[in-house]
Amino acid sequence: SGSITVPFSREYDTHKLPFEMPKEAVTNKEELLGYFKLMYTMRRMEITCDTEYKARAIRGFCHLYDGQEAVAMGVEAAFDQKDSWITSYRCHCISLLRGGTVESIFAELLGYSEGVSHGKGGSMHMYSKKHNFYGGQGIVGAQVPVGVGLSFAAKYATPPGEKTPVAIAMYGDGAANQGQIWEGANMASLWKLPMIFCIENNQYGMGTSKERSSSNNKYYTMGNHIPGVRMDGMNVLMVREGMKAAKEWCSTGNGPIYVESDTYRYHGHSMSDPGTTYRNRDEIASMRTARDPIEYVKNLLVQHNLADPQELKNIEKDIRKEVQDALKAAKNGSIPKFEELYKDIYIGGEDNSKIVYPAYIRMPDRAKSIGSIYERGVSGM
Amino acid sequence: IDMPVREAINQGLDEEMERNENVFLLGEEVAQYQGAYKVTKGLYQKYGEKRVLDTPITEMGFTGLAVGAAYKDLRPVVEFMTFNFSMQAIDQVINSAAKQLYMTAGDIPVPIVFRGPNGSAAGVAAQHSQCFAAWYSSVPGLKVVSPWSSEDAKGLIKSAIRDPNPVVVLENEMLYGVSFPMSDEAQGKDFLVPIGQAKVEKEGTDITLVAHSRAVGHCMAAAEQLAKEGIKAEVINLRTIRPMDYATVIASVKKTNRLVTVEEGWPQNGIGADISANIVEEAFDYLDAPIERVTAADVPMPYSKPLEEAAVPQVPDILAAVKRALYREK
Repeated sequence: SGSITVPFSREYDTHKLPFEMPKEAVTNKEELLGYFKLMYTMRRMEITCDTEYKARAIRGFCHLYDGQEAVAMGVEAAFDQKDSWITSYRCHCISLLRGGTVESIFAELLGYSEGVSHGKGGSMHMYSKKHNFYGGQGIVGAQVPVGVGLSFAAKYATPPGEKTPVAIAMYGDGAANQGQIWEGANMASLWKLPMIFCIENNQYGMGTSKERSSSNNKYYTMGNHIPGVRMDGMNVLMVREGMKAAKEWCSTGNGPIYVESDTYRYHGHSMSDPGTTYRNRDEIASMRTARDPIEYVKNLLVQHNLADPQELKNIEKDIRKEVQDALKAAKNGSIPKFEELYKDIYIGGEDNSKIVYPAYIRMPDRAKSIGSIYERGVSGM
Repeated sequence: IDMPVREAINQGLDEEMERNENVFLLGEEVAQYQGAYKVTKGLYQKYGEKRVLDTPITEMGFTGLAVGAAYKDLRPVVEFMTFNFSMQAIDQVINSAAKQLYMTAGDIPVPIVFRGPNGSAAGVAAQHSQCFAAWYSSVPGLKVVSPWSSEDAKGLIKSAIRDPNPVVVLENEMLYGVSFPMSDEAQGKDFLVPIGQAKVEKEGTDITLVAHSRAVGHCMAAAEQLAKEGIKAEVINLRTIRPMDYATVIASVKKTNRLVTVEEGWPQNGIGADISANIVEEAFDYLDAPIERVTAADVPMPYSKPLEEAAVPQVPDILAAVKRALYREK
């Protein structure tokens, strides 16, 4: 009732995959509207970041996700929140799916204490342990072995014979040739860990195209004997079905899988990169016209008479307002208290869950150092 | 009873694994081979392959893996076969472990232990002989301990495993086979050495010797010789490098008015340099002589034995420094 079947216009590319990938997805109006709303929220959030960055309200590094929305959305649609997720610094939209809100993400970017990381992380460092989201990691590639550790912990905690929650580590084509990724993959395979290595291939590592950085740019094959699959990362349904299959494979004791999402970032690598010196505007424009992940969902809704264009326009209008309202609310945030500066360095106390402080924390002006050099260890302050 | 340091660490690991099933060990040769230095002997047989894991020789990967497991509440104990190899993984130790609690505003603690032999070994040349105390102890978010005796070794590894923060445990290969007395209390399962507290190993009134790890033994030997000359040296075993117990050092200097620091690490930006700066700031008026630092020579470690001996502090080096600080000799 109300469900539609959407054939994929492109096949999954596979590498040593011992099972068949689907050729279509079944979905319905509710699902598609849900994806559309979240992806459009991501888009507006990132575009607003661009504006606020240029207005100098956002500092430091800022890496935007517009163009790649279908990847995160497809992953979340296939997962539940028991599955762990870790990604690189391009993390705003993952945060939105895993515990963050548009307002708390903006607040973080503005450096306010209402931010997802209380203003201590910024653009690259957003987390929510409650939602099994582990960042928001700033060092290219380092999140991948850490992600393998998340899958290790998932397996460790699951009784033998039961399905394990999985872990996913996302990284870009630019990171894909890092040695530590293979180190993690090797252990994931040896120890049959429920681990998804997810390459978000957005075609450029900063400004270096995959052809100039990778001797093998079929990233889904880089696991050697580990099965791999490549899919259209601009198609949320294809990502969802691909991730469902990957999750099923990993969670039933078969070990890891490589999943490559062929995607595109509309913005430059970060805000300091206009994104036009190593690629041309025509390429970006043709990507927007032919493969935009949000337009794809909108077209599905309209073509299958699940929504009319006016309805979608109204939703877009509402979301634009919601994002603007969230920005306005975030801007009313408060500057972190001075004490935040030296909070959260150590944890301890009786049940090991209280923030504790070193007895002596040196400050630039020694006379203003916190605590006393005549005290010892760490303690509650 | 007397017990070698190796066995004391092994006992500490065993007791903590028994106490908490989320504690697991991983590293190169820790399981079937029973440890390159036999520190993990018998633990694979007792706890099985789920909790004692031989890793490939890929430090960056297995350290990252352990950090991720700690994000999800497991308590990994990572063995570096020696700390020299931890350099391959130092990004994971510092960026992924030490800074995580802060960046997440307290949301994600990282209860992990990095342990293994540190400092100069014997006859293994430059790449396998280096002290990392200064490196790791400069990082907020890490705790760093460095045991000397068997009681230190057992009590500190147990405290490190129970600590909810990342703790670096800098052991010393040359001490693994050395036996030290273990008190009845230290043989018990509840014995802990608190992180952040130095221990006065020997009381004295004339001069303070501060050291960690193997250099504590050299200081004790020096103090014995000095006693024969009527010089009462106080020997402080730092036990913890971060958070440093400056209070104990300052109190001692206020009593003795003279300070010699001893370490097997390089001089520049070393532990002695840090202590010296803090003593000058906090207790300058109590000093009757310039602080003396005894450190490794400012060179990579050579292979040949006479050269190696010349590169690391020996008891006569300490005695010479003490005499200068006491104005007994130039």
